[in-house]
Amino acid sequence: MSVQERVFEIVASQLGVDQDKITMESSFVNDLGADSLDTVELVMELEEEFDIDIPEDAADKIETVGQAIKFIEEAKNS
Amino acid sequence: MQLFEGKKGLIVGVANNHSIAWAIAEQIMAGGGECGFTHLPDKPDDERKKNRHRVGKLIDGNPSAKFLVPLDVQSNENIAEVMETAKQEFGEIDFLLHSVAYASLEDLRVPTVECSRDGFKLAMDISAYSMIAVTNAARPILSKNSSVCAMTYYGGERIVPGYNMMGVCKAALDSIVKYLAFDLGPDGVRVNAISAGPLKTLASSAVGAKGMTDLYAAVSPLGDNITHEQVGKAGAYLLSDMSQGVTAEILHVDGGYNQMGSPGRLLDSYAELIAKSK
Repeated sequence: MSVQERVFEIVASQLGVDQDKITMESSFVNDLGADSLDTVELVMELEEEFDIDIPEDAADKIETVGQAIKFIEEAKNS
Repeated sequence: MQLFEGKKGLIVGVANNHSIAWAIAEQIMAGGGECGFTHLPDKPDDERKKNRHRVGKLIDGNPSAKFLVPLDVQSNENIAEVMETAKQEFGEIDFLLHSVAYASLEDLRVPTVECSRDGFKLAMDISAYSMIAVTNAARPILSKNSSVCAMTYYGGERIVPGYNMMGVCKAALDSIVKYLAFDLGPDGVRVNAISAGPLKTLASSAVGAKGMTDLYAAVSPLGDNITHEQVGKAGAYLLSDMSQGVTAEILHVDGGYNQMGSPGRLLDSYAELIAKSK
C-alpha cells in the first residue's frame, strides 16, 4: 500500500468518515470534522504507523490530508 | 485464585487505548475483576459521539466491562449519577481509579508565572478538586478494604520545565491523596497515587512531552522508559488487596528517575561530548 492509501485508511477509521469523501485537499478540521482530541490521536496513529516523529510545531502546521502525506514522505526519506 | 476475583470497581479517565487508566483496567479485568467506565461527555451536537466511541470500541464485547457512562467531573450532579449507576450495577465497589487532568494549552504552554486566573481555576478544578469530589461521592459505596488511586507526576514535587502549571495541580493532587487517606482510613479505605514516568498518551502527546522519554532513558537507574503494561501492573497492585497496609503513598513507576541526584550516566556522555569538542 502506498503512503497515501495508508493515510486515507487511518484518517477514515480515526475520524469515522467514508474514504471516498477524503481528498488530498480535505482539511482535517473544516472538512472532516476533527476536534482537538482527534488531531492529537491522528498524529499518534500516524507516528506509530510510519515509525516517524511528528513534532508539535510541525503538527500545528498540517491542516490538510495532502500536507500530512507530504510530511510523512519527507520524514521517511530523511 | 485470581487477584481481582469477585472484585468490582470504577475506572474514571479512559480517553483511548493509550490511556494509563486503560492499561490499569486491562490488568484488573485480566485478573478477574469487573469494571465500570466513564468517558468524556460528548457535545450535544456530536452525532458520532466520538468520546463515547473512543472508549466503547475498547470494551465492546468484553464481559468484564459492565457499563460505560459519560462523566463531566466539574458537575457534582453528574458525578452523583455515575455513582448511582455503579451502585445499581455493583452494590459496593472495591476499587476506584481517578486518572483525569486538564489544562488549556494557552495556560500550559506559557511559563507558570504567566498562567491566567481562569485557566488556573479550570485546571485545578478538573485535575485536583475532582479527586475530592469523586472520592466523596463514592464513599457510600466504597467497601471496607477498598482502594482508591490517582495518577500524578513528578512535576508536582520538583521543577520540571515544560510541565508548568500542571505541576502545581499535581502538587495539590498529591496533597489531596494524603489528606483523603487520613479521612477515609477509619473506613478501611486506602488512597494512593502512582507517579508514572513519561508515556505516550493522548495527554502527553497534546502537551508535547517527546524529549522527556529520551531524558528518562538516559538518566533513570533502569536506563529505559516505562511501559503501559508496567504502570498497568503497578495500578493493579495498588487497587488490589496485595497492597493492604499501603496508604497515603505516592508510588513512583519511573525506572527510579525521581531518586537521581545528578544526571548520572547522562553526565558521562555529556563529559565525553565536551572532551571531543575541545
